[in-house]
Amino acid sequence: MKIAVCIALLTAMAGTSLAAEIPLSERRSGYSFMSPDTRAMQDEDTANPGMLFVLDGEALWTRKAGGADKACADCHNDARISMKGVAAHYPAFEKALGRPVDLEGRINLCRTNHQQASPFAYESRELLALSAFVAQQSRGMPIAAGDDPELAPFVERGHALFMQRQGQLNLGCTNCHDDVWDKKLAGSAITQGQPTGYPLYRLEWQSLGSLQRRLRACITGIRAQAYDYGSPELVELELYLMSRARGMPIETPAVRP
Amino acid sequence: MPSALINVPAKAKRGSVIEIKTLMSHIMETGYRHTASGDVVPRDIITSFTCRFNGTEVFRADLYPAIAANPFITFFTTVTESGKFEFEWIGDRGFSETAQASITVE
Repeated sequence: MKIAVCIALLTAMAGTSLAAEIPLSERRSGYSFMSPDTRAMQDEDTANPGMLFVLDGEALWTRKAGGADKACADCHNDARISMKGVAAHYPAFEKALGRPVDLEGRINLCRTNHQQASPFAYESRELLALSAFVAQQSRGMPIAAGDDPELAPFVERGHALFMQRQGQLNLGCTNCHDDVWDKKLAGSAITQGQPTGYPLYRLEWQSLGSLQRRLRACITGIRAQAYDYGSPELVELELYLMSRARGMPIETPAVRP
Repeated sequence: MPSALINVPAKAKRGSVIEIKTLMSHIMETGYRHTASGDVVPRDIITSFTCRFNGTEVFRADLYPAIAANPFITFFTTVTESGKFEFEWIGDRGFSETAQASITVE
């Protein structure tokens, strides 16, 4: 019995010592793990393919839609002013639903409630373009998500998911992205998993993609069943990741290999 | 929603070499992929890119499958007079897009 308690204590201690949160001074964006070529692609707006989606989003912003025949701009006016800093605070608590929603979820809520239009499908070009356009207005601003006290239990749940081992490989997010982010996996940098640039253009995807897509790809990679798009678990994970990256500047639309 | 991003310097010295960068929104579907049910995803690529300066062709490229989505094409040219660059992308399924950029030569 005593031995069992000792072992349990030791494992718990080993767990805490390894899985400590990365201090602000050591937080590194995925950008800093990239090759100079890929960095150059992100740095220059005319070379960054993510900007093509931002342009599309800008056009969608002023396009009327739905039964209300309203465009985003009819309520929110100039996105450059009204959307400045907004993405840095998402996922945010939605009172009507009693749970957090991410930026994509917010855009779709706006579509159904205020435009009386059908919501965009996850990963559709329209939803990616609009969220990229909105998030780009926060470029360079520090991430400040998860401060709302009502979000605390959801951040905690996201944290628990981040720590939880799952899948055939029996890995939790933390086992790579807190513990061995300075190492490589099959030649690729592991990175800290800081969500600073979403939606971002991933060269592997040949397209822009959301943080939920990235999370689902990671979960499939550890051979676990990925949560559905828009599921509370994914939003809680997004929320925890954003609060974990607090203070880091938004890079949307980022480029990643 | 095809859109292009063009980077041409606004000004240049007469006879100097300038770099032109173009980025065109396109999925560049190779035609070699299959859906889950086994059907071929039909090819849908840009096949030709042309750049004209004041009506004279200065650069042309033929594109083939296995070129990444959203082709980024850059090239160099010399300029001897002020004028207008015209860019044209032509592709499968009647794809045809144009863009323009002006340059002042001093």
